[in-house]
Amino acid sequence: MTDVNPELPRVLLTRRPGRLAAFLDHDLVYSLLHSRVTLVAAAVTLTIVVAAAFAPWIAPYDPFDLRQLNLLDSHLPPAWAAEGDRRFLLGTDDQGRDVLSAILYGAQISLSVGLLSVVLAAVVGIFLGLIAGYAGGALDSIIMRAADVQLTFPAILIALLIDGTIRALSGEGRNEETAFWVLVLSIGLSSWVQYARTVRGSTLVEKNKDYVLAARLIGLDQTSILFRHVLPNVIGPVLVIATINLGLAIILEATLSFLGVGLPPTEPSLGTLISIGNKFLFAGEWWIAIFPGVTLAGLVLAVNLLGDWMRDALNPKLR
Amino acid sequence: MLTFVVRRVLQALLVMLVVALIAFTLFRFVGDPINQMVGLDTSIAERAQLREMLGLNDPVVVQFVRFVWHALQLDFGISYQFKQPVVALIGERFPATIELAFVSALLALLVGIPMGVYTALHRGSWLSTVFLTVSLVGISLPVFLTGILLIFLFAVTLGLLPSFGRGEVVRIGFWTTGLLTASGLRAIILPAVTLGLFQLTLIMRLVRSEMLEVLRTDYIKFARARGLSERAVNFGHALKNTLVPVITIVGLQLGSVIAFAIITETVFQWPGMGLLFLIAVQNADIPVMATYLLLVAAIFVAINLIVDLLYAVIDPRIRVEARAA
Repeated sequence: MTDVNPELPRVLLTRRPGRLAAFLDHDLVYSLLHSRVTLVAAAVTLTIVVAAAFAPWIAPYDPFDLRQLNLLDSHLPPAWAAEGDRRFLLGTDDQGRDVLSAILYGAQISLSVGLLSVVLAAVVGIFLGLIAGYAGGALDSIIMRAADVQLTFPAILIALLIDGTIRALSGEGRNEETAFWVLVLSIGLSSWVQYARTVRGSTLVEKNKDYVLAARLIGLDQTSILFRHVLPNVIGPVLVIATINLGLAIILEATLSFLGVGLPPTEPSLGTLISIGNKFLFAGEWWIAIFPGVTLAGLVLAVNLLGDWMRDALNPKLR
Repeated sequence: MLTFVVRRVLQALLVMLVVALIAFTLFRFVGDPINQMVGLDTSIAERAQLREMLGLNDPVVVQFVRFVWHALQLDFGISYQFKQPVVALIGERFPATIELAFVSALLALLVGIPMGVYTALHRGSWLSTVFLTVSLVGISLPVFLTGILLIFLFAVTLGLLPSFGRGEVVRIGFWTTGLLTASGLRAIILPAVTLGLFQLTLIMRLVRSEMLEVLRTDYIKFARARGLSERAVNFGHALKNTLVPVITIVGLQLGSVIAFAIITETVFQWPGMGLLFLIAVQNADIPVMATYLLLVAAIFVAINLIVDLLYAVIDPRIRVEARAA
């Protein structure tokens, strides 16, 4: 038997893999490197995230710096069009802001809202799910019935309701600085249910295992058992849900901003930019709305593909 | 069977009561209702009188019971911004939303099912790949962006279809319909496509996966062995058995259709309930928000209830379980 069966897993063939080899051999990385679509999606996501994170250094102009704006530069089409200006690659909007710079800054805001709201939803969901699963009884019933009721309504409706409620509570003088956090709160609180259900399910399984019993026997208090021993064992699936929900959160943010209840034009996210551009679409000035729109669609598509890949790669049934 | 029906109806009522409590809390405690109703020049004495008259000094439980009692009689108070009864406002806009939802659902079914069947029967053909790719893009594209792109293409660039409003409407009793006039029909095309696209992709993927599953079963093999034509096997046997879950999902999706209608109606300035709700959110018009919430909850709960009961009728196992429990 000199021939090595090519069907054998690589793990059996390599002796003592180095750190790098071990990393490359991991299921996640393996499936990533062997799917062209996922690689492209990862590249697109990485490009947008890096470009957004370094927007102040990359962007040709600062769209928030009023001194740089010149109304004479407004409504310019993209550089390759007949009346385009070479200074503004993707054209300018009604206030003379460079569309490319606005997109970079807008993507930064969209991604921040998306990430923060996903973190908020996950924290709330994990916390309630852990408690519901571990405590059981009446507390469990209350939390899960609340989840049921909330699940009857689509997230966009819940987010709009929370937004409207905060708007009513804060009165007329609602300042624009809080808009960002109102949005994070609305989106985060509208999507905790999925995390709570998953975590509750795994907690119900974990809490009867021997290590929990052992922890109890040595006299650990409930809080540290729950958060230091049970939590690390139930957190795996949460990461997959979070990735899939990131795309949804970005769409939700863009939708709320487009509907005029999200971020104001002074602090535009991709949704706000599309909403601004929408007003000029009828005048034929398509670039103001379409470029942010394409960026948004590309970002969401790439994040969704990454989420799909992660779900399949981490699903033991599909291996 | 009777116990099952009674239990499900009681659960539905409980959910409605919880939603009513949320709506009441919004109505009563978010902002001061009196401040919203009167002008700045109203004296404190007059305000106190109004407060007493509206029963806002009664115990909260009494107020809640009164709120539910009024809601049962379709009295939801008066909109802060329009100064009209909320019921009239919603009643006016109800037909527009229902027509839009209905047409878009019909469109999604009529296009989505054939596309799903095709992609299941011709796996790997280039047209199937195109369909599946388009559906992935369709899921990733936010609804408002689809709407804007359609407006840009068909209304602005090609000038074929109107981009906003409902066109001319005909009044039949309390119902206004745009489906009987040429301009109304033209006006509904773009909003219905926008709203239906998401469902269409969903239905297509669902029909495809169900078809693939059914085509593997023994009775399909047996039908083939009997020498039935491809057509009879695919459509008479396979498709028929995929339709039950499809119809369930479409029914349950009706709720998200109503939610997405908020966005579609805003993009196309469609005079429906969604647009009304959005304006209410922008202006903190709590009575309208609370009523919309109740109405949507009622629709959701009713659909869920009907689907559950239909299941019990179709699937005997559920009946047996319900009896045993």
